[in-house]
Amino acid sequence: MAYSEKVIDHYSNPRNIGTLDKSSKQVGTGLVGAPECGDVMRLQIEVDEVTGIIKDAKFKTFGCGSAIASSSLATEWLKGKSVDDALKIDNMDIVEELALPPVKIHCSVLAEDAIRSAINDYRVKNGLEPIEDSKKHY
Amino acid sequence: MLKLPIYLDNNATTPMDPRVLEAMLPYFIDNFGNAASRNHSFGWKAEEAVDYAREQIAALINADSKEIIITSGATESNNLAIKGVFEMYAAKGNHFITVETEHKAVLDTCKHIEKLGAEVTYLKAREDGLITIEQVEAAIKPNTVLVSVMYANNEIGVIQPVKEISKLCKSKGILFHTDATQAVGKIPVDVIADGIDLMSFSAHKMYGPKGVGALYVRRKNPRVKVTAQMDGGGHERGMRSGTLNVPGIVGFGKACEICRLDMDADTARISKLRDKLETELLTLEESYVNGNREHRLPHVSNMSFKYVEGEGLIMGVKDIAVSSGSACTSASLEPSYVLKALGLDDELAHSSLRFGLSRFTTEEEVDFAIAHVKEAVNKLREMSPLWEMFKEGIDLKTIVWQEH
Repeated sequence: MAYSEKVIDHYSNPRNIGTLDKSSKQVGTGLVGAPECGDVMRLQIEVDEVTGIIKDAKFKTFGCGSAIASSSLATEWLKGKSVDDALKIDNMDIVEELALPPVKIHCSVLAEDAIRSAINDYRVKNGLEPIEDSKKHY
Repeated sequence: MLKLPIYLDNNATTPMDPRVLEAMLPYFIDNFGNAASRNHSFGWKAEEAVDYAREQIAALINADSKEIIITSGATESNNLAIKGVFEMYAAKGNHFITVETEHKAVLDTCKHIEKLGAEVTYLKAREDGLITIEQVEAAIKPNTVLVSVMYANNEIGVIQPVKEISKLCKSKGILFHTDATQAVGKIPVDVIADGIDLMSFSAHKMYGPKGVGALYVRRKNPRVKVTAQMDGGGHERGMRSGTLNVPGIVGFGKACEICRLDMDADTARISKLRDKLETELLTLEESYVNGNREHRLPHVSNMSFKYVEGEGLIMGVKDIAVSSGSACTSASLEPSYVLKALGLDDELAHSSLRFGLSRFTTEEEVDFAIAHVKEAVNKLREMSPLWEMFKEGIDLKTIVWQEH
């Protein structure tokens, strides 16, 4: 199966690999997927205390090239967005941007889930209600 | 000069040996006759070439040339053996014994005859991929007609105790079939010494052409018969009709001859390279060899690199052609059923690569592969959350995963 150029680019030069301090109140962590399914994504955001803007995002992913690319792209998109805007990122945007084939759509779904999971972690840490998942994927 | 990518997927198929191609060439245009044409020299020449090739094929496995039924490949041979016995020996019984880790050509054929009324026992392989003679013995019933156990496994290369199993079968009057696709041409296979009644094998796994293979069908002690699955002109002693693929068969014969003559030297060289590859890659932390290492083909190594996903790894090692036990590309997200059958953790089953070396693999290529795989594994671990957890001493089994 041929990968799109964008997938290859993100896979070869992943953006924002790394780990943020998950005990910090400003950091939200999302860990989704399962080893037996062949993909696990951990996505973290760091939200600016004053502006509410996501000032940093990091990921680590165990998975195929499309899963790595989806999470890498997600961190790129998250940076500079407000938390509310971040929630608007849809998995189909990722599919489109990376030209993922149908069998790889689940990778984008996982990335979207990781974003929501990270945001909810941040919200709960800061005394807010978690966002109800309107698009329950699992 | 290294030519990239390097082919290390020789369990899928091998390149043809140039000597094989050379032997085949006269049989496309000059000697194009139908081996079944009895009335003219075109036919006689083709028949002569087929007879000679049949001798070459038989010599490799210590059979008589009359016991070689030419087919289109091992899949067809497996179908012919199992379905053919099911039909031919229906009066004797309908119980078959095979193993969970067989090739799909055997497993799916067994599933097919189950629908037609056969009863099939699927033995569970041990953690090292082997089955025991005790397991076979315990599964035998009064109505057992055939035991089918592969000679060597296509994913992990382990060699089953064929001799012991066939001896047991013989003592109980049960036929023994083996899918020897991965073994013939690579290790000594002797149908007499190994007590084999039916054996499937294929040319393209031993530097021959694709589209041609054989089913060995024993003629003496006992005389074995299978019901044809392809009806027509009654070729191949009535067991497989269809005009013979003369150039393919000539190539198959030549490939067998080269394997017979070069096997010892090839094995000595290839196994040394395989061992080097394996030893070097085992220096990576949390890397494992899958399957029994002692009873194993000399050119195969199936390894798992924990906390790295197989498909992602395949993408990272783009300069070598290998296969992964992780089948995330297919519609199912299931990792290799063979590795799963061995009871491997999902992480390990998802993290495997199969390396298959060949007669044409060079040391330079192996050195390149070692460095390439090490680099890719290290890079992917740097971006693996599982590796980070492992390094922090977190037991992954204690985590509640959000299954997809």
